[in-house]
Amino acid sequence: MFYREAGQFKATYEEDSRIFPIRQDRIVFAFILAFAFLGVPLLASLGIVSNYTFTAILTPFLIFSLAALGLNILTGYAGQLSLGTAAFMAVGAFASYNFMLRIEGMPILVAFMLGGLCAAAVGIVFGLPSLRIRGFYLAAATLATQFFIVWCLTKVGWFTNYSSSGVISAQKIVILGYTFQSSMSKYLFVLAVVSVMALLAKNMVRSNIGRSWMAIRDMDMAAEVIGFRPIRTKLMAFAVSSFYCGVAGALFAYAYLGTVEPEGFNLDLSFRILFMVIIGGAGSILGSFLGAAFIVLLPIYLNVLLNFTEAATGIDLPSGLSSSVELMVFGSLIIFFLIVEPHGLARLWQIGKEKLRLWPFPH
Amino acid sequence: MQFFFEVLIAGLLSGVMYSLVALGYVLIYKASGVFNFAQGAMVFFAALTAVGLHDLGLSLWVAVPLTMAVMVVLGLVTERIVLRPLVAQPEITLFMATIGLSFFIEGLAQAIWGANVRGLDLGIDDVPLEWLLDHANMAISQFDLIAAAIAAAMVAALAIFFSKTKIGRALRAVADDHQAALSVGIPLHHVWGVVWAVAGFVALVSGLLWGARNGVQFSLTFLALKALPVLILGGFTSVPGAIVGGLIIGASEKLAEVFLGPYVGGGIDGWFPYVLALLFLLVRPEGLFGEKIIRRI
Amino acid sequence: MTKRIGEVILSFTNISLSFGGVNALTRIGFDVKEHEIRAIIGPNGAGKSSMLNVINGVYHPQQGEIVFRGKARRGMNTYESAKSGIARTFQNIALFKGMSVLDNIMTGRNLKMRSNFLLDALYWGPAQREEIAHRKKAEEIIDFLEIQHIRKTPVGRLPYGLQKRVELGRALAAEPAILLLDEPMAGMNVEEKQDMCRFILDVNDQLGTTIVLIEHDMGVVMDISDRVVVLDYGKKIADGTPDEVRANQDVIDAYLGVAH
Ligand SMILES: Nc1ncnc2c1ncn2[C@@H]1O[C@H](COP(=O)(O)OP(=O)(O)OP(=O)(O)O)[C@@H](O)[C@H]1O
Ligand SMILES: [Mg+2]
Repeated sequence: MFYREAGQFKATYEEDSRIFPIRQDRIVFAFILAFAFLGVPLLASLGIVSNYTFTAILTPFLIFSLAALGLNILTGYAGQLSLGTAAFMAVGAFASYNFMLRIEGMPILVAFMLGGLCAAAVGIVFGLPSLRIRGFYLAAATLATQFFIVWCLTKVGWFTNYSSSGVISAQKIVILGYTFQSSMSKYLFVLAVVSVMALLAKNMVRSNIGRSWMAIRDMDMAAEVIGFRPIRTKLMAFAVSSFYCGVAGALFAYAYLGTVEPEGFNLDLSFRILFMVIIGGAGSILGSFLGAAFIVLLPIYLNVLLNFTEAATGIDLPSGLSSSVELMVFGSLIIFFLIVEPHGLARLWQIGKEKLRLWPFPH
Repeated sequence: MQFFFEVLIAGLLSGVMYSLVALGYVLIYKASGVFNFAQGAMVFFAALTAVGLHDLGLSLWVAVPLTMAVMVVLGLVTERIVLRPLVAQPEITLFMATIGLSFFIEGLAQAIWGANVRGLDLGIDDVPLEWLLDHANMAISQFDLIAAAIAAAMVAALAIFFSKTKIGRALRAVADDHQAALSVGIPLHHVWGVVWAVAGFVALVSGLLWGARNGVQFSLTFLALKALPVLILGGFTSVPGAIVGGLIIGASEKLAEVFLGPYVGGGIDGWFPYVLALLFLLVRPEGLFGEKIIRRI
Repeated sequence: MTKRIGEVILSFTNISLSFGGVNALTRIGFDVKEHEIRAIIGPNGAGKSSMLNVINGVYHPQQGEIVFRGKARRGMNTYESAKSGIARTFQNIALFKGMSVLDNIMTGRNLKMRSNFLLDALYWGPAQREEIAHRKKAEEIIDFLEIQHIRKTPVGRLPYGLQKRVELGRALAAEPAILLLDEPMAGMNVEEKQDMCRFILDVNDQLGTTIVLIEHDMGVVMDISDRVVVLDYGKKIADGTPDEVRANQDVIDAYLGVAH
């Protein structure tokens, strides 16, 4: 009844090509943003949102969303499957660390940018094989990225400033004299970065560059014939995607973990981010967020469920069980989504909206 | 020089194992167009199940056939639940589904048997073969030799199975053209079932051999992943390619680790096969024995 | 109304192309004049699609010479030919399945766009103005092809006939000088065919676009084309006006399947 676009006439193409052409969507979105920026801190000051919520749920959720967004650009939009996401995150994290460490007075945001650019450069190099190979050949090649980069960061002492354990401690986040110390301030910092970058990504995918990615993904021969240059398009996707992953990696180190070692960016992390994209919805910005939320929340709920079962039945479950069950649930969900809804949660959301539009009439 | 040959031979011996695992991939890929990322998880699962049963007090002679039965069931269930609904989907979707499958199987293995490293004793000692030590003054592990011999026998058996038997021929027909195979009455699902069962068998053998050497643990999945660069070298559809590719990867990775490793801090066998395969891809995207693809539109 | 057929814009001499052992094209030579509708016909496997692929650089002939706008070359390349105004449709629809009709048509305008990805990312000022300007052009094509109602639909969900129409739209969006159409009416019903014919004639007429057309429906070919070239087993067996071709004994034999 209330979700209806009737009566909203779009007089110009400007209006029609807005991110949210339907008024209700704009309102809901504005509300969500306001809630994230103002509501959540307010609730925190009232003691309703705890520190734990910030450090274990909200901040990682946002950072993973950004990484998933990066992978989604490459895999969901440009159709190039990558299993090396974590490696690009690692490059971003360790590059930012070194920029901060070695250049006096380096502003942190600039360091993150530079870290992202380093990741982009690495992305271009490891994206070169995509010009000749496709599909899982490419996926196999991206494993090379994953293993090689992590090895490099581990073995070359310079990257970790010769820390004996290989662990780096990220510097403080200071902007204009303000130190982002509390978990809430870190959350807000990450939220701001992620919001801006998500907006930029949305703009890209709805303009020519985004269309070039999707064209290459859907039918590369035809894309070439109408004038998209495959080399440029694919490498651009690798660069932009790796930039996003690189910044996500830097945030991962600076705003989430604080201390991190190269092994923290292992193949498992790459897979997790791939799962976010598959479950959330390949080729959807919103999907990256939905998928990240899902994958961040799932283990938490699983644990609650297992604890509850333990309490209810009185049986002591083995301690490693929850992580094994987590693997099984992830695995089954991936298969389930690929079979039932390959476009993931984002499509379910879409379908839900269309239903709502018709509600309460069946047709 | 002496030492070089020792390393080379050890590399080739471990390469035979890669060839075997790679063949598991090739079989499934040829028959159903699926690149089965879960092969590594299957290796882990099989080894862990066999050892787990053994640790429960069963003799290996009982535990191994029992595990085989489990692997066949696992293969059939996978075919039924995962692959059949995804038939005719793009290859890349199937590939991602097998990534999910691999998570599931790894989780399942650990949920049943726990996450601890388990030792496995097949009764073959990992000591240099005396005869070779006496006559050629070379230290080659007896275990490696026997394992390689078993793997080589399996590889030969599979190659023959694929080219000579009736089911093998049916399989090739399926590989060439699903639709045509269906229309001449080859029961696709049977063929797929057989192939997945065979892949389970390959996983079991390689899991036991590797497990006996390094302990049965999660890292077995990474070992099995090494079959990927093997396949890139050999081409995803070629049986000889898998064999030769396995030997090349095995030998080059050992040589690189021993002779190059010390200069760069070691541990390069983790990535060397992948980078080698990647460089190779740039020169010959279709692999050593794969067919050249002409894009049509 | 008299047609204003111009000079030769594109010509081929001795084009040969083979795949392994198959000779798809053997020493083909013909030309295309500005503003004409030039049909290529022939039985299945005659090499018609291969010829189009040679024209826009998907295939590179082993032999022969192509002269396009006075410049001679061995083979075309896809980017260059798109840039110089050659657009096409495909025998097996090659649309971007995951994108909407509007987006598909917008891709056709990519070579006319100036902005870079940084401006795109900001979607601000010149980038937005450009996007809107091209959107207007795309809408004109959508109006012309009468597909307003499906503009936001993903093309994968459309019926075959409409997909063919969208593909024509994508090609037209490039404002091509030469339009290559590979069986634009295959698999359509009579009504859809009539629509398609009308669109092709309108484009040729109003925009002066040169059209190279492959079509199996003889009625259509004879009706709308100015000149026809006939291929059989990769060889040219006839070339001329529809009437000349119709009367040619080799053509009759080829179509009746007389043994060679
Ligand atoms: N990429 C390719 N690889 C191998 N052979 C090809 C390729 N493209 C075309 N051929 C072969 O070249 C010959 C001509 O094919 P082409 O598609 O040009 O014929 P056509 O005249 O368009 O036929 P149809 O009416 O069936 O579309 C055929 O024998 C075909 O098999
Ligand atoms: Mg054709």
